[in-house]
Amino acid sequence: MSITYLDAIREAQAHALRDDPRVFIYGQDVGAFGGAFKATKNLAQEFPGRVLDAPISEDAIMGLAVGAAIEGLRPIVEMQFADFAIVGFNQIVNQAATLFWRTRVPCPITVRLPFGGTSGAGPFHSQTPEAIYAHYPGLIVLTPATVEDAYAMLLEAVAIDDPVIFCEHKLLYRHLKAEKLPTEALPIGKARIAREGRDLTIVAYSAMVQDALEAAIELAAEGWEIEIVDLRSVKPLDTDTVVASVARTGRLLCVGEAWPWGGVTAEVIARVMSEGFGLLDAPPQRLNAKDTPVPFHPNLWAAHRPTVRAIAAAARKILRQ
Amino acid sequence: MLQAVPEHRLETDEAIRKAHLAAFRCMLRARLLDDKFAALYRAGKIHGGVFLGRGQEALSAATGLALNKNDVFAPLIRDTAGRLAFGETVLDAVRTYLGSALGPMRGRDGNVHRGDPRAGLLPMISHLGAMVSVVNGMLFARRLKKITGTVGAACLGDGATSTGAFHEALNQAAVEKLPLILIVANNQFAYSTPTARQFACADLTDKAVGYGVDSHSVDGTDLTACLRTIGEAVARARAGDGPQLVVAELLRLCGHGEHDDAGYISSKLKNSSLGRDCLEVARELLLREKWTDAGQIAEWRGEGVQEIDTAIAQVQREPVPDPFAEKWTALSTERLIEGRMKNEA
Repeated sequence: MSITYLDAIREAQAHALRDDPRVFIYGQDVGAFGGAFKATKNLAQEFPGRVLDAPISEDAIMGLAVGAAIEGLRPIVEMQFADFAIVGFNQIVNQAATLFWRTRVPCPITVRLPFGGTSGAGPFHSQTPEAIYAHYPGLIVLTPATVEDAYAMLLEAVAIDDPVIFCEHKLLYRHLKAEKLPTEALPIGKARIAREGRDLTIVAYSAMVQDALEAAIELAAEGWEIEIVDLRSVKPLDTDTVVASVARTGRLLCVGEAWPWGGVTAEVIARVMSEGFGLLDAPPQRLNAKDTPVPFHPNLWAAHRPTVRAIAAAARKILRQ
Repeated sequence: MLQAVPEHRLETDEAIRKAHLAAFRCMLRARLLDDKFAALYRAGKIHGGVFLGRGQEALSAATGLALNKNDVFAPLIRDTAGRLAFGETVLDAVRTYLGSALGPMRGRDGNVHRGDPRAGLLPMISHLGAMVSVVNGMLFARRLKKITGTVGAACLGDGATSTGAFHEALNQAAVEKLPLILIVANNQFAYSTPTARQFACADLTDKAVGYGVDSHSVDGTDLTACLRTIGEAVARARAGDGPQLVVAELLRLCGHGEHDDAGYISSKLKNSSLGRDCLEVARELLLREKWTDAGQIAEWRGEGVQEIDTAIAQVQREPVPDPFAEKWTALSTERLIEGRMKNEA
């Protein structure tokens, strides 16, 4: 039997609903229909009254979740696409993220954002907005890259007393498979060495971890040993694991599917420059999407985001220095 | 006229008298407190803005008094009276304005941004309309927890009815049939913008039709009308009739904040019936009905002044926030605080 990334997300929610009566799910089409991606398939039937359709009102969806959290519940909000969560941005960053700081009342909300590009989805169903959430104080921002992490990190997210932005990559939903669900996992806040190597560190997160792994296989055929750090959580960011990896390799490439201005890749490089400058044998580089909205046509889309080929090419450039 | 009051809260002559007296005392305390904040602002004793509820005390007090201790209340910037009626102390209001470390907001937020969510008193964020769906969430959670009989009231101004948050939240409350009472104080201006530049419906209660919720109009300068109308709206929400939209017509008798001289409000409007001072109208009613006398009112005023002066004297001796003692994190989960050790070193 194989379990997809999407199954893992569904199972984690079922597990949370089963274990904790304070958990409920609220979002557009999440009820009897089971969600636009089927991440809540059969959960409304299995947990009557606890998996509820919301009107198309991202602001009010988040506001309701904050109120429920004040009352001691632990809402899971599904935003149909990360792109649409921007409509509820005010409630996320100004209401949920400030609540504990202002009042000492914790705000345990998990906001699930189906994010990232897929071919044909276009500019408004493809965005990767993790950095803008990470920028605001008071939020935890998670970007699982594996089936195991999708499950374990979502379960842990629901148990965290702070608002969590849970970024699920749509490209991984059905493509990524595992044999079974994990029984243990690294805690949130710890990055993972996805592949060991000694020539270059590639730091990636979410779907880009899979592309970086493929690029590493390509480079291995050329004799390069690439180490890959999967950040898992972009906030908190595990700088120690990244710097320790750079200490081993002396070279750094940071890969992200988000836009190039600022963001997670810039943050990682800034931290390595200030905390591990002396460890570097070559200038660190980053690879991001192009600075345009995400295009619809597959030819344009594939060239807009970092590809396996582009990652390998960027890596070769650093390795030759 | 009073005999025509629907039999919700004001059941007997004695109940009517008591309700008016309780509301009037709240209104008076609120006016005195607001006046003191204005004086402290002019004396340069307050950091940041000062926002008063002058002219809106009848509506606000009636709202706070219609709620029970277990209900939810999301006041806005002109609800000093409603806050006091709901149970907020003068001390907490003063502590927040003066930035005491012992206040509910500990100097992290100030002036009207104060509250205690676990006590049902929500501290507003500045984005108008944003608190309504939070009230919805609390009521929704109570339904999931099978807690019955409580309601939630959210206060807004005419300007907030133009926001997406207002629309989304009122629609949401209607879909879920939540016991929400939305109190809109149409004080004719959103900061300086007149209602003609804010909405084009004939009356803000027209909006209720579109959401499928009940609506109520009230003269916000008339305490009796406010007590009656809000009492009825709260009773209906409590009885399970779903969201209630109350629109009060009145005029703000001050600037948006104390920094604002409100030169945009015409004297014609000020001299109209909208510009009546609800506190003065209520005082005349109380004396006319012989529910109290001038001596008693003077005594209440004296008590109010003393309570406020005592609170200010106490707060001025209290510690202020210490940046070196501040935790400088917005997270409650300590193990997830990023780079903490490094920053401390």
